[in-house]
Parts: sequence; structure tokens; C-alpha cells
Amino acid sequence: MSVPPGTVVGMTRNDIPRRGGNAVEVRGLVKHFGATKALDGVDLDVREGTVLGVLGPNGAGKTTLVRCLSTLLRPDAGSARVAGYDVLTQPRQLRRVIGLTGQYASVDEKLSGVENLYMIGRLLDLSRKDARRRAEEMLERFSLTEAAKRPAMQYSGGMRRRLDLAASMIGQPSVLYLDEPTTGLDPRTRNEVWTEVQRMVAEGATVLLTTQYMEEAEQLADELTVVDRGRVIAGGRIDELKAKVGGRTLQIRPADRAELARMAEAVELAGLAGLAGATADEAEGVVNVPIVSDEQLTAVVGLLGERGFAISGISTHLPSLDEVFLAVTGKKASTGAEPADATGSDDTIRTDAPEEVAA
Amino acid sequence: MSAATIDAPVAAPAHDGRIGPRANLRHISALARRNMLQIKADPESMFDAVLMPVIFILLFTYVFGGNIAGKGHEQEYVNYLVPGLMAMMGMNIAMAVGTGVNDDFKKGVMDRFRTMPIARSSVLIAKIVVEAGRMLVATSILLAMGFALGLTVHTSVLHLLAAVALAMAFGASLMWIFILLGLTMKTAQAVQGVAMLVLMPLQFGSSIFAPTTKMPGWLEGFTKYNPLSNLADAARNLINGGPVAHSVWMTLAWAAAITLVTAPLAVSKFRRKT
Repeated sequence: MSVPPGTVVGMTRNDIPRRGGNAVEVRGLVKHFGATKALDGVDLDVREGTVLGVLGPNGAGKTTLVRCLSTLLRPDAGSARVAGYDVLTQPRQLRRVIGLTGQYASVDEKLSGVENLYMIGRLLDLSRKDARRRAEEMLERFSLTEAAKRPAMQYSGGMRRRLDLAASMIGQPSVLYLDEPTTGLDPRTRNEVWTEVQRMVAEGATVLLTTQYMEEAEQLADELTVVDRGRVIAGGRIDELKAKVGGRTLQIRPADRAELARMAEAVELAGLAGLAGATADEAEGVVNVPIVSDEQLTAVVGLLGERGFAISGISTHLPSLDEVFLAVTGKKASTGAEPADATGSDDTIRTDAPEEVAA
Repeated sequence: MSAATIDAPVAAPAHDGRIGPRANLRHISALARRNMLQIKADPESMFDAVLMPVIFILLFTYVFGGNIAGKGHEQEYVNYLVPGLMAMMGMNIAMAVGTGVNDDFKKGVMDRFRTMPIARSSVLIAKIVVEAGRMLVATSILLAMGFALGLTVHTSVLHLLAAVALAMAFGASLMWIFILLGLTMKTAQAVQGVAMLVLMPLQFGSSIFAPTTKMPGWLEGFTKYNPLSNLADAARNLINGGPVAHSVWMTLAWAAAITLVTAPLAVSKFRRKT
């Protein structure tokens, strides 16, 4: 569907009072729930037009942060400004410039996709005609046109999330909060959501994204803030953080398990630029090679080919949340459900899915 | 979305973020439309409004009617009962608002509404508008059943409409109580449980089903101040003829008092709810 330019009304990104600065500024934000300190003095900035990834385990305070910044919760102390508006004293102005997509679909499940979006358009003061047109435009954009008339209840998880994003985008918010937007989605749907988020950012939105996945943060975020137990424990550009954590791990599976040690040795001794620390993991039957670039990946695979090794599988792994935590804090990630020293926390912390490379 | 739409003109928002009365009305109607679409998507939610009047009028007419008006005189009881049931119907429909609000809050959609530039009260007012519609449906069915069973209006159609309007006004004020309950209690079941505890004595300790003159003195005293008695008496005298001033004013006073106390509490609770 093509829409004549200049027909859609509503708030636009031009409404950010201050340009070129921080779209979100949080200082010393504190929120208690009884004895629990969900936020314990959080400071962070999101530069206008960028994506800040807030990475942390369950119970780190990510959702509380988003709820404070979207006027759903009143912080106990500290201050926060979004698009120049104070969360505490200017909530009404602030609500005009934000969009929120939570972990749980915030659409009316009994209403169809088009009914949901039309309603939101009307609530954002679009005329009937504009609301209808904007709803259709958004359905088209999020590939929901065919399902437009079906109740949202019948949508798949991914469709619901897309409808949710579409609902958040109706008002063309200048600041968008995405609270674990892909939690519980299958990889294909997750990629769809990522593509949409990247598009919104390309169009100039400022995004605060919370996630438990390092991979998601790497895909979407310009900067990263690592939170744990209501505190910011690390922050910076993704590449800075990755440099600390050590990039990716290349895993090579030899066709013959007996060649593991020989293969690791060959990589180690080849003297490829910047490459060191290849190890054979006997239990898994793979050779692990830490790499920092795609060139190194190609070089390693090429080398093994030249030396006549038969390879049955190759994959690369981003550092898991655990590894990031280990790198920046020297301790394991804690979760809200378990004490930090709990062992075997692998099932409570999601690690990144392996990123498949040609095999 | 093309770049051109991003730079589209802005719908001149009031810059202090205040919501004008016209915008407020538009928001309420958009939200009321949502509530109506919910009913359309789930017609079973109308069962109570449609079936309750039918079952109640049949049950009470034939179980109590003979005892109160004398065997064979059930028809005469209908004129006594129907205005009473109008009061009861309002209360029962109003009760559904509480569970509805409670349910709504469990869904993320409330979060969306509360992060949008709309008056937070508009979500609740829209709910009340649509529930008032349901109340009107129930009352219409009640009256239709009443007429089928021999209800006669001794005054005029205008008096009858006034009775309906009075019942609706009172019912709407009750909705604020139940909204407040719905926002306070943890589960919809709990709302229903508490509501029933309050409703039973109010309904039966009133002049809804039977004249209060044969009740013990203390209970008769209670019924005099029971707003449901006031409403039932007002509707009864509007339909059957009789002095209406006292009961009508009492009902209106109750409705106003209930609204003035509970509506601000409900809105503030709604605002603060996490």
C-alpha cells in the first residue's frame, strides 16, 4: 500500500526538544519493592538515534527500569528524563513521545489486528481516516495484512509480537522501549523482529532494549549497559565490551575424533595473525579457537583444508551472558530466583544459540 | 513507511500534555468501541444481561408471587416485582465490571493504555459506558418479560422511562464501587466472592422482593436506609403511581454520594496500580 507523503499525523521525531544530545538520561534511579531493591541507583544515557542494550539476567531490574521510564512505576529516588521530559513531573508530555513493547503482548487479544491498531490511532488523536490508513500501513509493514481481521488471540507468538511492535509504532515515537522483545520466540521470528527494530532505528528512533541475549545485543545495540541486581556493573560500546570478553569462539568438529589433538596443534602452530589459544575439547569432540574477525575464521578453515583435515562441522559462538558477566565482573551472573553462588545456573541463564556457519 | 511520513505534520498537541475535553471524549469513545468489540468477539459475555432478567422474573413471580399476593394473583405481584428487579439488575450487572477490570489488568493491554497520552480515567469511563449499555439491555428484557407476564404501567411512558433512567444512574454509581474492588483485589474470583457477600444482604434486606412491613423492626429500619429499597420504591411508585419525591431524591443522593467517594478513589488506584 502506498500512502501519499505528508498524510500521517501524530507525534514525530522532530518533537524531541533537544537534538543531538541524550534522548534518555537516567541518574541514580532507585525503586524498592518492599525489602527488594529492584533498582539500586541506576545511571545510564541513550544518545539520540542510537540503541542502548541493557543486558542482564532475570531479576536484574531491566523491566522495572523500563516501567519507571514509561511512567508505569514511580521511582523512589533519582531522576530520569526522556526526550527532555521529566519522568516524575512531566508524565503526560512524556507519554506522547514514547512507545513500549513489553515481554508480554500489550494488545487486546479479543480484537483483530486492524481493530487494535485503529483503536490506538484514535487514542493518539488521528482522525478516523488517518487511523484507518495508518493501521493498514502498519499491518502491511509488519506482514500482518492477511491476518488483519483475525482476533489477535489466534495469532502465533511472532505475529503477536509484530502486532505489538506495530501498535508501538503507530504514534511514531521518538523513544522506543523494547523489553526483551524476542524472549520466547523461535529463531526465525526473532530474526523478523530484529529486522524490524533495525528498520525503526534506521528511520531515526532511539531505542532502549533490554535483553538476556548477548547475540541480540550485538545485533541491535550500539552501546551496552550490563545490569545485575539493580545496579549497572559495566557499560560501553559493544566492541569495547567484546574486546574485554574476547570475541567469538570458532568450533571445529573433525570428521575423525582421533584427530582432535592434531588439529588443535596445527592451528596453534600455524602462526596465523592474532590467533592463539586453540584447544581441543575432548568431551565435546571439537576444537575451540578464539577469534576476533571473519578473516581469522576463513584463515583457520583454509589452513585445515590445506593440511588435509576432514571437517564435519563448523560453528561460531558469541560469548554467553555468563561469559560476559565473568569477563566484566569476575563472577557468575546472578538471577533473581537464585543466589549468586548457586551452582548449575545454566538452565536459568540463557546462553546464545550457536550461529551457524557453512558446514 | 517512507521517510516522508516521518516528517509528516504534527497534530498540534497541547504542549503541557493536557488532554482537552474533545480529545477526552474521542478517547472514551475509542475505548468504548473496544469494549463493544470484545462483546462482539465473545457473545457469551452477554449471557448474564440477557438471561438474568428472564430467570429472575420467572422464578420470583412463581415462587414468591403466590405467597405474597395470594395464589392465583401472581400477575399482581409482577407490578411489585419488576421495579424491584430493575434495582437488582443494576447491581448484578455492575458487579461484572469489577471482575472485568480485574481481568483486564492481568493483560498487557492496560500497560499500553497507561503509557499513552490519554486521561487514565477514560479507560474506566469507557468501561462504565459500555456496562451501562449492558444494563439497558437487561432492563429492556426485564420490562419485555414483565409486560408478557402482565405488567401494567399505571402512570405514563415518561414515568417508566424516568424509572429506567434512575435505575441506570444508580447502577452506574455502583460500578465505581466494583471497579475499586476489582482494582484492589488480587483475583477476579476474590472480587466475586466479596461482591456476593455484600450483595446478598443488600438485595434481600430491601423492598425489592416483598414489602418490608412484615419484617422485624431492626430489619425494617435497615431497609429504610438501604439504597436498593429507595430505588425499588422510587421505580415502583413511578410505574404504579404514588409519592415519588422522597425515594427519588434518596436514590439520587445515594448515587451522587457513592460516585463522589468511590470514583476518585478508583481513578487514583488505577493511576497508581503497578
